[in-house]
Amino acid sequence: MPRMPLGLVPPLIVLLLVGPLLAGLIMALLPAFGYLPALGGESFSLAPWRALFDQPGIWRSAMLSLASGLVTTAVSLGIVLLFLASVSGTWLDKLIQRLVSPLLALPHAAAAFGLAFLIAPSGLLARLASPGLTGWERPPDLLIVQDPWGLSLMAGLIIKEIPFLLLMSLAALPQIEPARRVAMARSLGYRPTVAWLKVVVPALYPLIRLPVLAVIAFASSVVDVAMILGPTLPPTLAVSILTWFGDPDLSRRFMASAGAILQLGVTLAALLAWWGLECLVRRLGRRWIERGGRRAGDAPLRLAGKSLILLATLSAFVGLGGLALTSVAGFWRFPSALPDSLTWLHWQRALPSLGGPVLSSTIIAVVATLIATLLAVAALEKEQRRGRTASRALWLLYLPLIVPQVAFLFGLAVVTESLGVTPTHGLVIFGHLLFVLPYVFLSLSEAYRRLDPRWSQVALSLGVTRGSTFRRVRLPMLLAPLLTAMAVGMAVSIGQYLPTQLLGAGRISTVTTEAVALASGGNRRVIGVWAMLQACLPLAGFVMAVGLPRLIWSHRRGMQGSP
Amino acid sequence: MLTRLIATATPIALVLSSSALAAPSPSDWQAVLDEARGQTVYWHAWGGDSRVNDYIGWVDRQMRERFDVEVTQVKLDDTSAAVSRVLAEKSAGNLDDGSVDLIWINGENFAAMREADLLFGPFNEQLPNFALTHPEHNPEVVTDFTLPTQGYESPWGKAQITFYHDSDQVPEPPRDIRALLEWAEANPGRFTYPRIPDFTGSTFLKQVLIALSDDPEALYSPVAESDFDDVTAPLWDYLDALHPHLWRSGRQFPGSGPEMRSLMADGELDLAFTFTPSEPAAAVADFELPPSTRSFVLEGGTLGNVHFVAIPFNSPHMAGAMAVANFLLSPEAQAHKQSLEVWGDRSVLDLTRLDETSREHFASPEENPSLLPAGALGQTLQEPHPSWMNALQDAWQTRYVGQ
Repeated sequence: MPRMPLGLVPPLIVLLLVGPLLAGLIMALLPAFGYLPALGGESFSLAPWRALFDQPGIWRSAMLSLASGLVTTAVSLGIVLLFLASVSGTWLDKLIQRLVSPLLALPHAAAAFGLAFLIAPSGLLARLASPGLTGWERPPDLLIVQDPWGLSLMAGLIIKEIPFLLLMSLAALPQIEPARRVAMARSLGYRPTVAWLKVVVPALYPLIRLPVLAVIAFASSVVDVAMILGPTLPPTLAVSILTWFGDPDLSRRFMASAGAILQLGVTLAALLAWWGLECLVRRLGRRWIERGGRRAGDAPLRLAGKSLILLATLSAFVGLGGLALTSVAGFWRFPSALPDSLTWLHWQRALPSLGGPVLSSTIIAVVATLIATLLAVAALEKEQRRGRTASRALWLLYLPLIVPQVAFLFGLAVVTESLGVTPTHGLVIFGHLLFVLPYVFLSLSEAYRRLDPRWSQVALSLGVTRGSTFRRVRLPMLLAPLLTAMAVGMAVSIGQYLPTQLLGAGRISTVTTEAVALASGGNRRVIGVWAMLQACLPLAGFVMAVGLPRLIWSHRRGMQGSP
Repeated sequence: MLTRLIATATPIALVLSSSALAAPSPSDWQAVLDEARGQTVYWHAWGGDSRVNDYIGWVDRQMRERFDVEVTQVKLDDTSAAVSRVLAEKSAGNLDDGSVDLIWINGENFAAMREADLLFGPFNEQLPNFALTHPEHNPEVVTDFTLPTQGYESPWGKAQITFYHDSDQVPEPPRDIRALLEWAEANPGRFTYPRIPDFTGSTFLKQVLIALSDDPEALYSPVAESDFDDVTAPLWDYLDALHPHLWRSGRQFPGSGPEMRSLMADGELDLAFTFTPSEPAAAVADFELPPSTRSFVLEGGTLGNVHFVAIPFNSPHMAGAMAVANFLLSPEAQAHKQSLEVWGDRSVLDLTRLDETSREHFASPEENPSLLPAGALGQTLQEPHPSWMNALQDAWQTRYVGQ
């Protein structure tokens, strides 16, 4: 295999991801300081910032974004670690793990719609309990969904971030051999859950730090979930920015750009605050560990770990079930627990317009994922052949996960416009690649780096070429993690709204853009139909990722990988 | 003679070569249709209602069959997204190959696009079917929120604020703005309006303002010409009194008119309103609202307006877009749109002046208890000047956001 192209891969990746990101940021920065000639902004000024800070509730918006980034991450990480600490290999643990994994494929918007329908005063839970338990004949006038403190928003995000952090942790765990660490601690008299928290977590955290930071950045700048579950008077910063960018009063775009830069600042502040929290927890944690308590709190910790993750997972599933039910519901008035009748009307009506978006989504997701996988494998293979040092520059790969989408995508749309690139599937695929590639890399790299190098060494010593070793030994052995990474990539691509809408000029309609457009019509039955579709498509990818290795290696049990 | 000809021809040639290079002249209609053949028109239209989307799908099939023009709906969650896109294209120097060919538009979006010079025109007065609207007798088809359209947009439908309620829950709904406040006090938590800056919510503010203002005339000229605080004081007094009795005590508002309908469907509200008079009846047919749903219009009339289609200055398919705009005005397309099974959006054609064969397309009004009674839309209040919309939205947000 020729060496040159492989060497070019890391710089190519960096160029592909960082170039557009920087260009987009600059095109947000210029109007933020008053420069946008097309709108008559010929000179630099601070007017956009003054306008921004004059917006009612702007500081509250920013604080909401900051808080939702930090609280979401702290709670989901806490739940994941507590659960992992409490795992003892029972049937319940296996069931929970098996339930959580497919949730990774569930698009954020679908999960948010599901949760909203579950907890609303006229939602599924209230219907199940009414009027019998509550005495409510009419929905109570309670502010639950879109509460001003953003609690329902955080709950919706936590439901979705738990699977992500759990899978990232599971991928990293084998490296630090938790079983041996715990065994050692147990022999010193520590109870299992306490032992896990004291000897495994300190070693595990550095390995999952990057995904954790990505969660902070995402949760502090998310748009779709915040639109469905987030507060409204004022909304979170990212949602406000989106509204300003879309305002028919075109002069507001200057202020919107300033807002985009402020969002970048808020996300950075959240990351910084997290770093401060890390220091604090490290200090307190060390004291806790050194104190040497062996059993205190073991049972409650274990109970908390299992019940919290179960609660989050069940909420997602029941909410989704509620959406499925609404999509076939006839008239369904509060407080009936079930619809008066069932009808396929809403599905039938959606059917003629399903084909195009489903096909578009699939094509874009498959192509973006294939390119991303190819690049990720090439970069990892290069790293492998060079020895184990990861290229420093590849850290830049994760920039698109840290920089908020609203901060640079609008600018990027202007850049592609001025380059005369017509909005096509190609451009959208390129836009998706910005987000698919980091996630594919993130999911694949651990497995790839962990694969015992002696397998290749044996092959090489048998006289097989490097290329052939890669194709005939490493690739087949990595099939299961490779397919999982691809499924993650597809799920990420299918869930993208802003990049599809902005780079595709709205002409490329995917299940997600369609779902968002129809959601603005407020018909919950139609939303149910599209949310189900949106959820099923990536799920198909995950089913394939789990099923294919078993099919291909049906005669070699050791190659099937763990689900 | 020759010099005079050159003198007049040169500026025209300059104009043609600078901006309107490929723009076909609508005065030669056959040439427009010839040029339109084979074009694909990207129509940016709000996509929140599957019934509207289905109608646009029907337009696509008709246009393909008759004129060999393909119509692709770009479904928006907000029309301003299309305005933003055309603007982004202009700022990037894309002057003749834009991605938007036709926009469903009116009001402040139209005003913004005209002001930024983002529209192609004038074109609509030369569309063959435009004469059927008889603009000289129906000034609303050439006026958009008090602004003359000047041929830069073509009408295709009519909307008017219509209230609806479940007659089993509320047999006697309030019939005017003052009665509404009393009703809300007696029925706390059962009424609300969409969160500003939503279109339907902003219209509610204007409706209240017109009903309570001592000087409603001021609303029909630019806001800068009057004392805003003075004119709007009755509105804020009213809202301050109303909010504590609204759904969620006025601490939260639904995001849009359709979301308000969804709350009606859940039984959270008892009274709501929409900009599409046929929406309640359609929602009954979709199992969303109970069959006991009834519609009505406030005494003294409600705000109504005409919605239009416009063509961006940089559309590469202007001929196709004009062909679509003209087809939308045909008696057949207007009648199909007005039928309740399809969409129920009212026609902009002047039915009294249509000839016998054209009128046959329009079926006699259907009997449907959830629909407005015939003649209820007789009293239409005209939309104020678009500058009021922004001013009211800003004032509302300063007053009620982040409190």
